[in-house]
Amino acid sequence: MDNLQAIMPMLIVTLAAMATMLAEAFRRKDERMPIGGLGVIGLVGAIAAAGLLWDRNAVGFGVIQADNFSLFVTVVVAVIGLFTIMFSSEVVEREGIPSGEYYTLTLFSVVGMMMMASATDLLVIFIALEIMSIAVYVLTGIKRTDAAGTEASFKYFLLGSFSSAFFLYGIAFSYAVSGSTRLDALSTAIAQSASAPGPMVWLAMGLLLVGFAFKVSAVPFHMWTPDAYEGAPTVVTGFMSTGVKAAAVAAFLRVFLSAFEPLRGDWTQLLTWIAMLTMVVGTVVGVAQTNVKRMLAYSSIAHAGYLLAGIIAASAIGKSAVLFYLASYAVANVGAFGVIAFIATRERNTGELTDFTGLWYAKPMLAVLMAVFLLSLGGFPPMAGFIAKWYIFAAAVNEGFYTLAIVGVLTSVVSVFFYLRIVVMMFMSSNKAELEVPPFGIVGTLGLALAAIATFYLGILPTRLIDLATQSISTIF
Amino acid sequence: MTITPGHWLALSAALFTIGLIGVLVRRNLIIIFMAIELMLNAGNIALVTFSNLHQQVSGQVFALFVIAVAAAEAAVGLGIVLALYRNKETVNIDEITVMRW
Repeated sequence: MDNLQAIMPMLIVTLAAMATMLAEAFRRKDERMPIGGLGVIGLVGAIAAAGLLWDRNAVGFGVIQADNFSLFVTVVVAVIGLFTIMFSSEVVEREGIPSGEYYTLTLFSVVGMMMMASATDLLVIFIALEIMSIAVYVLTGIKRTDAAGTEASFKYFLLGSFSSAFFLYGIAFSYAVSGSTRLDALSTAIAQSASAPGPMVWLAMGLLLVGFAFKVSAVPFHMWTPDAYEGAPTVVTGFMSTGVKAAAVAAFLRVFLSAFEPLRGDWTQLLTWIAMLTMVVGTVVGVAQTNVKRMLAYSSIAHAGYLLAGIIAASAIGKSAVLFYLASYAVANVGAFGVIAFIATRERNTGELTDFTGLWYAKPMLAVLMAVFLLSLGGFPPMAGFIAKWYIFAAAVNEGFYTLAIVGVLTSVVSVFFYLRIVVMMFMSSNKAELEVPPFGIVGTLGLALAAIATFYLGILPTRLIDLATQSISTIF
Repeated sequence: MTITPGHWLALSAALFTIGLIGVLVRRNLIIIFMAIELMLNAGNIALVTFSNLHQQVSGQVFALFVIAVAAAEAAVGLGIVLALYRNKETVNIDEITVMRW
């Protein structure tokens, strides 16, 4: 019973995913069915289950650990899934996405994300990674007749499975070191040889690092990100830029701060360079973009750099800062992509910067919400992004990573430029040709409103969530 | 001459390298895809070798899981290649340039 308890959130979402699949299969042609609603039920159920499991520290089958850390990420991922379903319900039909497959795949990839955050065995992490990734590859190319979508899907698939191969090879060497795929066994084995680690240990660490760096889109393994984010349907971009990143960062944190903890002095040096490079490239190249989706893709690369900075400065503050950052980045980013999805029409759906010209005059509410999300991503007070960045940089300074903190602050100042460019476009340039925004219903409005409220809530009253993040970190490290 | 775990590891490393070079150098989608499969199977050989060295079966079980995952990945990958080919009528990666930089 204890085993099943630990996997309860995943189990509920899996059942919901199967239900959506069956609903689609039994649906008569032309019959309209609220398939997304089943997903909402499943995700809310998962959040409730996570709430019940809080502080229980249940272990499932020896490889899934429902500690507070994984439950925190589980809830974040489920919330991302809820927002995605709410936004999708407005645009799926308009964009011509097959809804049954769409919701099923979204839910299955949420299961993969939850599993990735809770797994304590490299084999399970690998399988979870694949459950998540394969579903997202298909979601990226779900509009089969769209040339950009299939191209994005292919590029994502190619580099994604390329990185899985590295990851797998890294797991093989970890297995060689410890004779087990469990993280705790690996940690013990590495600790015993920490004074003079052999080549196997270095190979294992390096290959796993490459695998994770691909998934969180850290430079120089970020090449797939802009293409995949630009070509995918906008709601899918919102989902994968937040969910995949949250899951990958959670697994990264767990593997490197538990199994490879004894070698921390070595990998932080390498990771510091990667993090700085990621922040700089994400920001500088982002400034040059004229497509909003691509710009936000580079912004998400830069955010990966900030998250890595939190992992490097992994004091107690640093670790909970990473979790808080994930949550606040998720609500703002998913909201921003929601707005982009809502203003797109069937003909005009690539997210060009010029599409935003004079949005304030056509749809003032959407413009205001978009501004809120973008300013939060840019780190303006009183939005969530400000507090999140503040915590990360404070942790970096506390741990003595001054260069990292300085690069982080400078790049986030520069990044304000491209967020503000969209804001200026929306508010200050009136468009003679009327900007047509297709109507959308109550569910989408509610989703955007909730995302905006969450952005402000985390910015103004962050203590509650930071306490939870600190609690959840303390259970595993 | 007897075959030792060292040889198996060398085989695995060679396959991984061939796959890596294949992905980076070749321009045909299907061949790149095959090169990735080669890399995954290099991982499998390494797992089975270490499983033998540690005198455990868990590595071999792991390899079975990886084979299943690779099959799922191949199915999805070929599907994507097919969709791409229908849109672009090419399998040359240099011609797939709707999006650049």
